[in-house]
Amino acid sequence: MNLPSPESASLPATPHINCGSPGEVSSLEVHDLTVAYQKKPVLWGIDLAVPPGRLVGIVGPNGAGKSTLIKAAMGMLPLSSGWVKVFGQPVRKSLRRIGYVPQRESVDWDFPVSVMDVVLMGRYGQLGLLRRPRKRDREIARECLDKVKMLPYANRQISNLSGGQQQRVFLARALAQESDLYFMDEPFAGVDAATETAIITLLHELRDRGKTLLVVHHDLPTARDYFDTLLLLNMRVVAFGDTDKVFTHDLLQKTYGGRLTILSEVAHVVGQRGGSAKVP
Amino acid sequence: MNQLIPPFDFERVFLAPWTQHFELTFWIVLMGFLVATACGLVGNYLILRRMALVGDAISHSILPGIAVAFLLANSRGTTPMFLGALAAGVATTILIEAIHKRSRVKQDAAIGIAFTSLFALGVILISLYASKVDLDQECVLYGEIGFVTPLTQPVVTVGGLTLGPVPVVRMAVVTLVTGLLIAMFYKELLVSSFDPALAFSLGINATVMHYALMCWLSVVVVSAFEAVGAILVIAMLILPGATAALLSQRLPVVLLLTVVNAALSATTGFHLATWLDCSIAGAMVVMAGVLFCLAWVFSPTQGLLPRQWQRTRTNTALSAPEWIH
Repeated sequence: MNLPSPESASLPATPHINCGSPGEVSSLEVHDLTVAYQKKPVLWGIDLAVPPGRLVGIVGPNGAGKSTLIKAAMGMLPLSSGWVKVFGQPVRKSLRRIGYVPQRESVDWDFPVSVMDVVLMGRYGQLGLLRRPRKRDREIARECLDKVKMLPYANRQISNLSGGQQQRVFLARALAQESDLYFMDEPFAGVDAATETAIITLLHELRDRGKTLLVVHHDLPTARDYFDTLLLLNMRVVAFGDTDKVFTHDLLQKTYGGRLTILSEVAHVVGQRGGSAKVP
Repeated sequence: MNQLIPPFDFERVFLAPWTQHFELTFWIVLMGFLVATACGLVGNYLILRRMALVGDAISHSILPGIAVAFLLANSRGTTPMFLGALAAGVATTILIEAIHKRSRVKQDAAIGIAFTSLFALGVILISLYASKVDLDQECVLYGEIGFVTPLTQPVVTVGGLTLGPVPVVRMAVVTLVTGLLIAMFYKELLVSSFDPALAFSLGINATVMHYALMCWLSVVVVSAFEAVGAILVIAMLILPGATAALLSQRLPVVLLLTVVNAALSATTGFHLATWLDCSIAGAMVVMAGVLFCLAWVFSPTQGLLPRQWQRTRTNTALSAPEWIH
């Protein structure tokens, strides 16, 4: 079953994580996944096995298919080939165990709901058809709001929030889902410094509690500090592994191609922190 | 000399309809209220999903549905007309979605393409085959709310109890079911309107919700349509919801205000029509428009005037010397 795809065979040096002990079930297992938009492939032959308790940053240039990957992994997009398993089950059967933080701009913030209403949406998966959120669900929502320091805003209309506050609300909602595997699409985009710190603390806390997190991240210099595991993506998996093994000049160059501005920025960062990369 | 506007007479405009023509007044106002409520409640979700014009499209594309149903069933019975119109409504939604998803055409243009083509098709069908019978586009598009009373309509009687004229009773059932459906699927409708991607990850199928909403929209439009005509239906899909959205930013309150707005529009519209002796449905829509303008100008949180006033106050506060030190 687990034949190496031609791509990974052609990149023998690509670091890949060993999937822990042989009996351990991956949180997310992706095999030979190909996604195309109008016959143009966006993702090609993706193979991935993420063990539990990892905080994975997904980095790559614009149009690398980062958001597409997490959407495809959740079953939101039709796959041209391949399959996805979540905790050893087909993704449709494991939706309850998946939490999702979409891009902040993907929703209309003028929608007539309060902060509390949005966080309660995270509980909907646990509620059956025709069931209203109960007292217990409200308590959980309050706790989650408190964790992101947004409890005082519980009754605010969502259009009165700043970008960072909106992102915190989305995170609180994801927390309220009480999932084991989280997909987050650019949670750091356009937030203030305080929110950024708050988010990263929260992500580390979740990881330490054994949750698995896959986070689309656009800012390469911070990626190195934030994530213990990196997935370098550019239509294919360029590299997937521990950050200190993957965050190298060669692999990043492979990922970003000729985008020199980003690369020189990275080289600067790598050089400054004494990383394992060879700095030109 | 003829006066442009008839003189206003409180007795004639407000009292006489209820004291002397109660039978007429009651059923007409009730019908207006029911149509405005059902359309307004569904319309709220159309507005939230930025699909406000889909209702407009469906109410026009019903014409070919009715024509085809007439040709197939060879009668003007309510059931074939209803089914034909319903099928046309659902087909329109699917067509809009298909054009929009499978080409570069944007959704608003897709709506324009679908309903104008279907409407024109309906006009041709009717003028070709149905010219001998009393089925013309004016009659189909501009029903008259004045004819819903027991004087002109058969009456529904259940177990010896007279309920009311058929169109009103049918509309009452549709309105009640609309309210019930919204209460039952409140959270599914909410999350699939606000964040379809999250809905998916919660196991709520946003596509199913979309088509379910469109089907129910067709049911509402069709049942209102025959009796009161297109103007009232199209207007009430948008106006009450838009007005309510200016007054509150909490969905349950918005839904409640929609119902209040429906009652106000229907009642004041009826009296306006009595005063001016004009189209009742038209007057109800005009009043809904007036209520919207009032909310637009005076809404405490979002109105033009309160906001202007607040701005002036802030400016004054900013220029106050004790603030600057």
